[in-house]
Amino acid sequence: MSDRLPGFNTLAIHAGAAPDAATGARATPIYQTTSFVFDDVDHAASLFGLQAFGNIYSRIGNPTCSVLEERVAALEGGTAALAVASGHAAEFLTFHTLLQPGDEFIAARKLYGGSINQFNHAYKNFGWNVVWADSDDPSTFEAAVTPKTKAIFVESIANPGGVIVDLQAIAAIAKKHRIPFIVDNTMASPYLIRPFEHGADIIVHSATKFLGGHGNSVGGLIVDGGSFNFAGDDRYPMLSKPRPEYGGMVLGETFGNFGFAIAARVLGLRDLGPALSPFNAFLILNGIETLPLRMQRHSDNALAVAEHLSNHSKVSWVSYPGLRTDRYHNLAKQYCPKGAGAVFTFGLKGGYEAGVKLVSNLKLFSHLANIGDTRSLVIHPASTTHRQLTDEQKTQAGAGPEVVRLSIGLEDTEDLIEDLNQALDAA
Amino acid sequence: MSYFTMLVELPCPFPYVPAMDHSNYPNDYIRGILNSVKTIALVGASANPARPSWIVTKYLLERGYDVIPVNPGIAGTELLGKKVYGSLAEVPGPIDMVEIFRNSEAAGPITDEALALDPLPKVIWMQLSVRNDEAAAKAEATGIKVVMDRCPKIEFGRLSGEISWQGVNSRILSSKKPVLSGKGFQKLGLNRP
Repeated sequence: MSDRLPGFNTLAIHAGAAPDAATGARATPIYQTTSFVFDDVDHAASLFGLQAFGNIYSRIGNPTCSVLEERVAALEGGTAALAVASGHAAEFLTFHTLLQPGDEFIAARKLYGGSINQFNHAYKNFGWNVVWADSDDPSTFEAAVTPKTKAIFVESIANPGGVIVDLQAIAAIAKKHRIPFIVDNTMASPYLIRPFEHGADIIVHSATKFLGGHGNSVGGLIVDGGSFNFAGDDRYPMLSKPRPEYGGMVLGETFGNFGFAIAARVLGLRDLGPALSPFNAFLILNGIETLPLRMQRHSDNALAVAEHLSNHSKVSWVSYPGLRTDRYHNLAKQYCPKGAGAVFTFGLKGGYEAGVKLVSNLKLFSHLANIGDTRSLVIHPASTTHRQLTDEQKTQAGAGPEVVRLSIGLEDTEDLIEDLNQALDAA
Repeated sequence: MSYFTMLVELPCPFPYVPAMDHSNYPNDYIRGILNSVKTIALVGASANPARPSWIVTKYLLERGYDVIPVNPGIAGTELLGKKVYGSLAEVPGPIDMVEIFRNSEAAGPITDEALALDPLPKVIWMQLSVRNDEAAAKAEATGIKVVMDRCPKIEFGRLSGEISWQGVNSRILSSKKPVLSGKGFQKLGLNRP
């Protein structure tokens, strides 16, 4: 092909996936092997010393996983990526590469509940201290910056759905203070929003959701935007200091604008171990081939269902940025003009009891704790994921007693609406 | 006949482009250079295996290039089995490509030294993060091809497909098989069919 940048649909199918060099297999093979034979002793030494490109052991890298990595790096417009066992592992290895004990990072308060738990509790064991800010008010990020701040973290379309974050405003604050800006792009996928174009330095994904898209594989991705210069920056010793593990190599210098992805691999994935299975990588790759088609349908279906619910007599409110009256509608037009994604929340006039009844009465929607499946999904956070919180905490988290979250799938909208109607009638 | 001998006997597949855009090289321009050079004088060679210049020297040697290390500080010693020279002028025999592993400022006088060679090198390549437009213009005026702010190891890895094993965005799509370059499975060649 010419050097012209191919379009998104082409990249979704082809990026990273040439025919197999040894067999000519056209679909990406599942390299279900732990280890790879070295060409000779010297070659082995070169690989262990990071002096040659190649495969050693599937905890560190695997040819099926690397196709997925290049695919997502290309779709996001990044320099490199790292596939890991889950979205949580992607966050963990990202922060492990950037933070030392006693460091701080600023995170938007509106996040996936699992991320809130990870930041509030698990990270405390490492001395990584989260400072919460309000993604609806970028000035709260500015106010939270201290000399210990090593990263800023937001979701592009934020949980529990229906929140669009002003990435450029927060990126400007990160840039001003020379802090890497990390964006979790799980809910949008690169089809709807490409955060590097809005100032992100690092992107993380739960590939479990829209990238895989079929609800069959847990996985995560870290994408290096290549935009943050870590070389010579003492605040990030994993990248700027000689690494004793690699004979004194300085990773941020040796690997230039993909040094962050390499460091996350050879210092994080290698030593901490949350590797992605090649089989999961294969399924996620298959999913990505249809990502543009699916994301458009997800968004179109979600808008149709949100419009219907906003006119329903038992519904008190709908929070979906695709709706013209929504508070995030202008941000949606700016950041994701093709659509506002599949996930949104709405409130039931009947409160907690109505929420419990609704999820019990639905026949097509599946009651479970995931998003981004071909199937439509429903959850009543107050009685499930958020049940341990006080009512006040629930409301703050956007999970009040009356709130229901939907992840709209790829079915016919007439069938989804009929199912919601019958369940609401009975609720 | 080794793989690389075959490659260097191919005619140069690209035309001379006088006004090269040095922030955006066509893949064919880089591939043409890596296919056409054999002898590479690497200025700023290091004996420290943790340094990028040592790694690049080793990588290029493994891929059949005749890399000649140049560094006055370690002149006369051996580096990866190759004799180290103190300057470009001391290197015996013609040099196809001068690879500059020094800072952007130092690239000026090193380019001048390269332009004093007889015969002239075909290519002056400044390493990733090294850019000196004045030196580049001077070299290009004599017909020498110039690459700046690129790493030959990364470019070889990108064009061959090897770098994709590290999850790096090669920015290359192809429905053609990568070429296995001789023994083993973990080295690929530059030229897909």
